[in-house]
Amino acid sequence: MFLREIGILPGPASDAANDTSLPRFTNLSRRSFVTGSGLFVLGVTLTGCSGYVEPDVDADAFDLPDAGDSPLTQVTGGDATPSLWIAIEKDGTVKITCHRSEMGQQVWTSMAQIVADELEADWDKVEIVQALGDPRYGDQNTDGSRSVRYNFHRLRVAGAAMRNMLEAAAANVWEIDAAQCTAQEGVVSNTGNSDTLSYGNLAKLAGRLPVPPEDQISLKTRDEWRFIGKEIPSLTVPLITRGEGTYGIDVDRPGMVYAVIARPPQVFGSVRNFDDSAALKVPGVLQTMKMPDAAAPALHQPLGGVAVVASDTWAAIQGRNALQIAWDRGPNAGYNSGAFAKQMKATANRKGAVKRKRGDVDAGLADAAQRIEADYYVPHLAHSPMEPPVATAQWDGEKLECWGCVQDPQTSRQSLADLLGIEVDNITVHATWLGGAFGRKSKPDFMIEAALIAKEVGKPVKLTWTREDEVRHGYYHSVSAQHCEAGLDAQGNCTSYLHRTVFPPIASTFVKGMDAPTDGELGLGLTDIPFDMPNLQVEAGDAKAHVRIGWLRAVSNIYHAFSVQSFAAEMAHVAGRDQKDYLLELIGEEREIDPSAEGANYANYGGSMEEYPIATARLAHVVNKAAQMADWGRSLPDGHGLGIAVHRSFLAYVATVIEVAVAPDGSLRIPGIWLSIDAGTVINPRHARAQMEGGTIFGLSNALYGEITAKDGAIEQDNFPSWRLMRMEEAPRAFEVDIVESNAAPAGVGEPPTPPAAPALANAIFNATGTRLRTLPLIGANGNTLPVSQSQDV
Amino acid sequence: MAVTLTINGKAQAIEAAPGTPLLWVLRDHLKMTGTKFGCGVAQCGACTVHVDGQPIRSCITPHDTLENAKIATIEGVEGSAAAAIREAWIANDVPQCGYCQSGQIMAATALLEGTANPSDKDIDDAMSGNLCRCATYMSIRRAIKEAASNM
Repeated sequence: MFLREIGILPGPASDAANDTSLPRFTNLSRRSFVTGSGLFVLGVTLTGCSGYVEPDVDADAFDLPDAGDSPLTQVTGGDATPSLWIAIEKDGTVKITCHRSEMGQQVWTSMAQIVADELEADWDKVEIVQALGDPRYGDQNTDGSRSVRYNFHRLRVAGAAMRNMLEAAAANVWEIDAAQCTAQEGVVSNTGNSDTLSYGNLAKLAGRLPVPPEDQISLKTRDEWRFIGKEIPSLTVPLITRGEGTYGIDVDRPGMVYAVIARPPQVFGSVRNFDDSAALKVPGVLQTMKMPDAAAPALHQPLGGVAVVASDTWAAIQGRNALQIAWDRGPNAGYNSGAFAKQMKATANRKGAVKRKRGDVDAGLADAAQRIEADYYVPHLAHSPMEPPVATAQWDGEKLECWGCVQDPQTSRQSLADLLGIEVDNITVHATWLGGAFGRKSKPDFMIEAALIAKEVGKPVKLTWTREDEVRHGYYHSVSAQHCEAGLDAQGNCTSYLHRTVFPPIASTFVKGMDAPTDGELGLGLTDIPFDMPNLQVEAGDAKAHVRIGWLRAVSNIYHAFSVQSFAAEMAHVAGRDQKDYLLELIGEEREIDPSAEGANYANYGGSMEEYPIATARLAHVVNKAAQMADWGRSLPDGHGLGIAVHRSFLAYVATVIEVAVAPDGSLRIPGIWLSIDAGTVINPRHARAQMEGGTIFGLSNALYGEITAKDGAIEQDNFPSWRLMRMEEAPRAFEVDIVESNAAPAGVGEPPTPPAAPALANAIFNATGTRLRTLPLIGANGNTLPVSQSQDV
Repeated sequence: MAVTLTINGKAQAIEAAPGTPLLWVLRDHLKMTGTKFGCGVAQCGACTVHVDGQPIRSCITPHDTLENAKIATIEGVEGSAAAAIREAWIANDVPQCGYCQSGQIMAATALLEGTANPSDKDIDDAMSGNLCRCATYMSIRRAIKEAASNM
């Protein structure tokens, strides 16, 4: 899985049987592309054609040999066998299977664009089938901004193979050479005359032809692309405007009952005893159930507590309110986030484990004309997708069927098998639409809860997390302390840079006692620092987790980019230089950087350094472009400031310029944001722009307001009043996005805009006010103003 | 005791516990799942429906207070403002995950029904109760203005 691949989860992968990198071939070649029965009906007229009637093609007239095994099970990216991805109905409907979870990144549309382009499908006839969790599809873990990157090639191959097979089928009908057949928009034409055959008519015949090997498949050239790279409208939006489409919370099963759970306030706390007599008197409450206690490591275990099952969700919530529970607080009751922040800062100010080393940073710092140092802090964050975790489960005594808003239906299925002791082949997992996810729904703990309750009550059960549950019992973004030191020479040039990071690692959720930051997390914005100075050292310090730590949109890049890009601007200030100019000098000459040459164990998001180098020219380009769009250097009104930050993450390069307006009382407005992204080949610029806006505001919302704190091990926030998100009135008034035209391999899009947002904001506030803010959140849940001393002209 | 509610023009008898919020009557009893649960405390707007043309938070509104009201939900809201909003939402691909968008569309429709050409301030006032974690706010603002100009 991806997290092992990039070193966030420690090996060894003991589950060789579950190794999804090994394709499993299950007689795919025999699957028909026609999902209806029978073949074409005589006399159906092609839409838009003037009176032309297609010939009736009798498939049985062809005695084609058995198609045999697919030679496309192991192309780059995985199985590209067309029948795994494409089904064509008699009426020409093209059903494309999407094996990734749709959570607003428009993966339904982008996956369909790739397949349909190479297939030469008629876009108006494309429909999406959401895949079940199944190893046949390869990786289905929809995180890491990699759905396009992992699947671009193989989905093109699948579409092109199917197109070639449709052409070959038409050639057989017409008894001509396949080279004389051309497929376009759902129709194959005979180039020698005006004959045409529709895909619907040809599909069954094509399905009996052998799947061609990759070297015989003709992929389209870039200039032939019809859908890839184009602003194709979303396939989900028309449904959304009518309240249609099924999210996890919308699943309905006959005879279904509804459940919520009262969970222990502390992770690995437990129920000492409980009294459900009042709960059972609440109208609609059917029964209660004690959930199994959890123990480290957290994995995807339910957290324990008491479930209340009722005839509707409201009754279940009322029943939960009426429970009397005495809790044992467990091993994490000593966790107080304020004290912990001080400990982490102290750790960051001590020598840590060296993770990347160039030159001699100690000597360089000792020799510097000027030295600066700074400490940064980023708190725990909650994901808060607008749809909280919800799953429905149904158990018939042998087979378990689950529906839910999961980012990875395969992991969900395996975790259900592991934790319920059910054979994986007896488990079916349906991924619904996800009402947002941001990493939270990669953990299927909520689906396991639903399954446990369904087994107990013997009816289909929908388990809903209320907002309070989501805020109090998350897999939080890790809290982090950063310590930076730099030495500048007499001209203000940086000669030495030391950066220490301290945070409880995500691995602590999966392996008991893991306190050391992993190489995978360090590779998210720290060991890959793209700066050019003679002496550079990256160190990491340990921190113990007291809550469940998970990944949240952009993961460790959030605190690494915040500190690195804030500190770059701090150096510029000390050197008396412009932020943008100094940033470009830190990036330095055009070159490709290999952190492993300086001792880093760097995974590069699982991409090769050849295909996805760290290219400083691309960093510099987006910096210059964003600055140009913002008219960097223009004169600004009093209290206004521009700030810039650049960051490479998920193999994409993003530079962001933010303009702030800070009033004398410290209140903040954001008049404008300018962003340039180089993500290589982009499938849909319209939807990439939406991700730039959304991902930036996600970062700003967290930076301004987001903070999850713990007292005696229990989370102090509970719902939107105390856990605050940015609202319409606070959103920037202008937002301009540039997408760099590129033929490079596709990189990530969903996460890369988030990391530069917070440092660009802090840098803008500094330029507006002269106050450097190093602790997030800048305002917090209850405030309305920045902690700036006084607005001043800069 | 059954309560009769008029939802999207249709009278329906409801058997739910007294005080049950309209949200859960819609979702769990009537299986009208277009209206979403987001917070349960009227802080996010995902559950917004119209009662007599006004946007309200169905998660805190007891269903048994609405017997004589006309309730409209995302599945049934119609009229020139709703049509213009839906058209602009589609033309601009406003939603990302879409989960909050039923509430956004209901709030925006109510805004345009009362204010033909809303200013930025009008949009802030009408829409700031509706959270969007995907942060589609810029698209929502663009689409409301486009819808207003198309009406």
